[in-house]
Amino acid sequence: MIQVNNLHKSFGEEEILKGINTQFYQGKTNLIIGQSGAGKTVFLKCLLGLFEPTDGTIEYNGQAYSSLDAEKQRDLRQKMGMVFQGSALFDSMTVAENVMFPLRMFTNQKKKVMMDRVDEVLERVDLQPAKAKYPAEISGGMQKRVAIARAIVNKPKYLFCDEPNSGLDPKSAIMIDNLIQEITRENDITTVINTHDMNSVLEIGENIVFLQKGVLAWQGNHTQIFKTENEAVTDFVYSSDLFKKVRDAQLKGL
Amino acid sequence: MKYLHDIGEYFLMLKKVFGRMTKTSVLRGLIFKEIDDLIISSLGIVIFISFFIGGVVTIQTALNLNNPLIPKSLIAFTARQSIILEFSPTFISIIMAGKVGSNITSSIGTMRVMEQIDALEVMGINSANYLIFPKIIAMLFYPFVIAISMFVGIAGAYAAGVLGGFVAGEQFLNGLQNDFISFHLVYAFIKTFFFAIILATIPAYHGYYMKGGALEVGKASTTAFVWTSVVLILANYLLTQLLLS
Repeated sequence: MIQVNNLHKSFGEEEILKGINTQFYQGKTNLIIGQSGAGKTVFLKCLLGLFEPTDGTIEYNGQAYSSLDAEKQRDLRQKMGMVFQGSALFDSMTVAENVMFPLRMFTNQKKKVMMDRVDEVLERVDLQPAKAKYPAEISGGMQKRVAIARAIVNKPKYLFCDEPNSGLDPKSAIMIDNLIQEITRENDITTVINTHDMNSVLEIGENIVFLQKGVLAWQGNHTQIFKTENEAVTDFVYSSDLFKKVRDAQLKGL
Repeated sequence: MKYLHDIGEYFLMLKKVFGRMTKTSVLRGLIFKEIDDLIISSLGIVIFISFFIGGVVTIQTALNLNNPLIPKSLIAFTARQSIILEFSPTFISIIMAGKVGSNITSSIGTMRVMEQIDALEVMGINSANYLIFPKIIAMLFYPFVIAISMFVGIAGAYAAGVLGGFVAGEQFLNGLQNDFISFHLVYAFIKTFFFAIILATIPAYHGYYMKGGALEVGKASTTAFVWTSVVLILANYLLTQLLLS
């Protein structure tokens, strides 16, 4: 579990995050949603340790990141997996080499043991046939799956995803969402997803954190989001007619 | 103020480069790859340019020596001094600022744009060490490139001078050995060592801290070339003043 206590983050005079208190639960897909400029990416980068909070603490299973020395912070980082918006695969490496990268960097396992683990993970994301290909030779959806495989190969305790299904067709987007949710449950990890995609919110939003102008405006799950009276949330979620109709149908019990 | 900020940031980057080291087995592979990318792949262009510039220096010197009292061996002497003291260490380095420098800036800059550097940091890897340290170590082999450039440049001078009929072979070889001061070679290689560090780190700085997208990668490469050349010229003057005056 990740516990966020009174998190503030400023850049110069501009305060981006204004005292966020929340929890992200283990074994669940936790979503951060909000309009552009709400502070989602800054929040995610604070959770990843890429940005140092101006004030407040972030606890990972009870350990405050800021209270750890540099070595323990690095150890904690190695327990984190990250899926970037653009996949962030290394162009000069094959799919298998990309997935093996964290194992090469942080373990002293023999190559065969590492390769077995890579095969296992690639099998899980259904990418065995593409293992010898380079990122430029595979589709965007496959790149996302490689990024997921690389993020989980070292058995992380925390998985962070920045808009994992952006730029994908609806079918691939749903597949990526489901894959992340399944992996979260199978491995009992704490997954935090930064997303704009309302399909993801409705499909896999087990714990949804809604940010508005750097403030936590609402928190709940995908069932509760249909019933909330919070105006900021309804404005955001039901900005399209399609979702208004979905809500009406849900409320009528259709 | 921005220049001061950039200079400070450059030295902070260097501190980070020599900070926490990447795993040795991984680093070894990266260093060999960089030697191939930065050193071996540059040999062709260096040999080509050195051979022909050596020839041009010889022809120009020969055509300007009209006085029958001046010995023809001076052609080889001039070519040798020009090549060893200035052409090979400095002008090849400026050419390399374009070739190697833009390679370094664009490869690191693209990794920044594609969030690959963030990916390294999230994994707990010292990205500056992982990306820049192998390039610095690879560039320590740069003096070998310059040694080859000197040799080929003088070979080009011999070919143009002797085969072009400007000077007899024996006269050329005499001129080549006349008043040879071995410290000039030491001076040239000391310069080359400093230039290698400049060639590896300034383009790396421009790539590592770049912001924006693909267009900015191109701009960063151009800026890196300009600044690397400026620093090379200034360092050349400073080192010459310190070592030769």
